[in-house]
Amino acid sequence: MYPADYRYTKQHEWVKVDGEVGIVGITHYAQQELGDVVFVDMPKPGTKIKLGTSFGTVESVKAVSEIFSPVSGEILETNGLLSDAPEKINADPHVTAWLIKVKLDDPKEAASLMDAVAYQSYVEAAAKDH
Amino acid sequence: MRYLPKSPAERQEMLAAIGAKSIDELFKSIPEKFRLRDPLALPGPLSESEIIQYFKARADENARGYTSFLGAGVYSHLRSVVADAIIQRGEFLTSYTPYQAEFAQGTLTAIFEFQTLMCQLTGQEVANASMYDGSTALTEAVLMAERLTDRDYVLVARSVHPEYRQVLHTYAKNLGLKVEEIGFTPSGQIDRAALTPEKLSRAAAIVVQSPNFFGVLEDLPALAQAAHASGALLVDTITEAVSLGIVRPPAEADIVAMEGQALGIPPSYGGPYVGVIATREKFVRQMPGRLAGETKDAEGNRGFVLTLATREQHIRREKATSNICTNEALYALAATIHLCLIGKEGIREQALQNLAKARFAQTELEKIPGVRRTFSGRTFNEFTVEFPRSVKLINHELLKEKIVGPYSLGMYYPQLTKNAVVCVTETTSRAEIERFAAAVRKILEKPL
Repeated sequence: MYPADYRYTKQHEWVKVDGEVGIVGITHYAQQELGDVVFVDMPKPGTKIKLGTSFGTVESVKAVSEIFSPVSGEILETNGLLSDAPEKINADPHVTAWLIKVKLDDPKEAASLMDAVAYQSYVEAAAKDH
Repeated sequence: MRYLPKSPAERQEMLAAIGAKSIDELFKSIPEKFRLRDPLALPGPLSESEIIQYFKARADENARGYTSFLGAGVYSHLRSVVADAIIQRGEFLTSYTPYQAEFAQGTLTAIFEFQTLMCQLTGQEVANASMYDGSTALTEAVLMAERLTDRDYVLVARSVHPEYRQVLHTYAKNLGLKVEEIGFTPSGQIDRAALTPEKLSRAAAIVVQSPNFFGVLEDLPALAQAAHASGALLVDTITEAVSLGIVRPPAEADIVAMEGQALGIPPSYGGPYVGVIATREKFVRQMPGRLAGETKDAEGNRGFVLTLATREQHIRREKATSNICTNEALYALAATIHLCLIGKEGIREQALQNLAKARFAQTELEKIPGVRRTFSGRTFNEFTVEFPRSVKLINHELLKEKIVGPYSLGMYYPQLTKNAVVCVTETTSRAEIERFAAAVRKILEKPL
């Protein structure tokens, strides 16, 4: 379910580090909890973001949720696909429905986050609490 | 909602429940010096009959039997008793904007109709369930432009209603929003030469009023073009909604902020009135306030919902699009009923009468030696004239003739102390206009 080469946050974002660039999205668990996504609000390319701080929102029919950055750096690109088809987040949250690409301040920063195995057990525990 | 006072026994019970012995003990965390020890300086209680007498006396202070040429943001128009009869029905009169929204289909239907009418009047794609009044609607429109453009600087025409600008300045002061005011030309319109490309490249919006405070129509298509070329928006505010019966709708503006008082709501001291915000559909998520939407229920029946509520403060708290979500549902309903009664032809006819009567008054005033139009721009039912004497003095004399004179511009525009905005609506007869012009002539003929 959760790609082995990604890193994950407790707020259910993922990051895939590729050299100096990080691709960021929300997890399958997050999209399931949100329900039907209807709108995505991301900052403009060039915006600086910081690990653990909110950089945008994902709106579902139920709520508007803050998205917290799993890395620090500068936004290179936002996913244009999502402005016309935000529902792709529900269909394919880990691949085509990425949110932003970030030029990383420190490619090693993401190592402090959970790996796929740790995240898997984290969401299983969260599901049990429900 | 019922308001039930507490008995001393109930107070004691409540205090006991939280473990406090007395009211003093409950408030002990408030330092002594901040506690009120003396009774409030208020007059004593009145009996029911005394209260009725008091308010009758206040009502008698109303200027009955006077003819008014005062507009400047609030307008006297004919209105039907039908609106009052309908809004006083219990189902409408007691209902606040619904939080358990879908339970109140009647209220939502009325809001939806109001939104539809506001879109038709303004030429915009979406309108919300209403705002407090025109001035707060304008400020919210500016904040919306700030969010949409990510720019914290706005260019506001000095020909926008001075009190609307004051409300905007009050909001802007602590929000880090920079407001620059732009002057006007001899036409009475915003000075477009002052809207330099450098300023526009930093601006979230150009903010104008049309017809403006001087009564003059702004060139919205040209202003929109200038704004859009630099990535800014055009915000248009309207204080006299009846103008839309004949003036081209401000479709070029990106956000329209309007006062709806002219649509069947009587002038009153301090309101309440009803504000309108309308905009393009692509900006809807940055629009403040409530929005009723049409949908189908599980059985395919037409129904209404509060939509995009996720933007609002009861869900998003401090991250809400705006914290001015309260609307004026009852007066929005009154405006809806009024517009449905008079219809498309009715508002056009009404607007034409306003235009014709204002033209007549202007012609009559211009016949008086020393009286001339201040601005050359096109007008609707208000126009600015210059008198050879102070307007205050003239108005003082007019009051003796049971005439409420035109709005004196001196207070907000020191260079225009001899200038006044004359307003003429369909409620003023030809004979009254002639009486007004004759009175002005007589006053000016008297030696100082």
